[in-house]
Amino acid sequence: MLTLAHFLTLGALLFVLSVTGIFLNRKNVIILLMCIELMLLAVNMNFVAFSRFLGNLDGQIFVFFILTVAAAEAAIGLAILVVLFRNRQTINVAELDDLKG
Amino acid sequence: MPIYEMVFYAFSLVLLGAAVAVITVRNPVFAALSLVLAFFSSAAIWMLLEVEFLAIILVLVYVGAVLVLFLFVVMMLDINLEPLREGFIRYLPAGVAVALLMAAELMLVLWSRGRFDEHAFPIPEPNPDGFSNTRALGELLFKDYLLPFEVAGVVLLVAIIAAVALTLRRRTGMHRQDPAAQVRVQRGERVRLVKMDAEPRPETRPTK
Repeated sequence: MLTLAHFLTLGALLFVLSVTGIFLNRKNVIILLMCIELMLLAVNMNFVAFSRFLGNLDGQIFVFFILTVAAAEAAIGLAILVVLFRNRQTINVAELDDLKG
Repeated sequence: MPIYEMVFYAFSLVLLGAAVAVITVRNPVFAALSLVLAFFSSAAIWMLLEVEFLAIILVLVYVGAVLVLFLFVVMMLDINLEPLREGFIRYLPAGVAVALLMAAELMLVLWSRGRFDEHAFPIPEPNPDGFSNTRALGELLFKDYLLPFEVAGVVLLVAIIAAVALTLRRRTGMHRQDPAAQVRVQRGERVRLVKMDAEPRPETRPTK
């Protein structure tokens, strides 16, 4: 019998994995963007599970908007990445220190 | 209904395995393809939850558009992978430790005191025959959430314009047509009238 806890566990494990991915691939901007997409997927999984188990469709509307914003974010993020690579010939986060932060 | 659980666990395993592959594989192309697999599996799990519309949207929009965009960018950039991998082994213990800690905390919250078990959240009945998830979602979206829907459209428009504006580049040294200048041109810029004296007729050559 699958309870809400099963689905929330799946979302939690997905989120933990993507956080680990951000730890491990600190240099590669593309993998970092993919990890952010995975995090959003984990959050969406929680929204969908709660929406189903509470019998309330508003959670699915929220997932719809998250998907929209995530698509926009991915498009702009990749555009920035392309411009970055064109100007610097690298996407290594460690070499992006122009701001001297 | 054991088949339901079997499908859930199978797709969950594939999903988590694909997520592990995304964060560990060396080649970003394989990472992008693993991400495709992860999104497909979660779409299947959403189907189990009877969230059909969003499952289809996830496959169409994410796998069809966003991840193909990722693949395009990964293949377009000529990346030297070696420096990007450094620190992977160094941060592996810290990353795994943080992951285990977070997972333990989340499991503690999720599974203790029956907060999310079948008593607190009873298993929902399957939707009746003829129930359309898409129709229900559409009615909600266009009645209660019309303004956010329009704003989402504006967000996408801004994303389009921003992506084009960011990646557009003006190359120097290229010859291209300027229709406005072509239309604006005056007669005086092209035709020059020259006043000059008439020249004497050249001598005709004797023909043999």
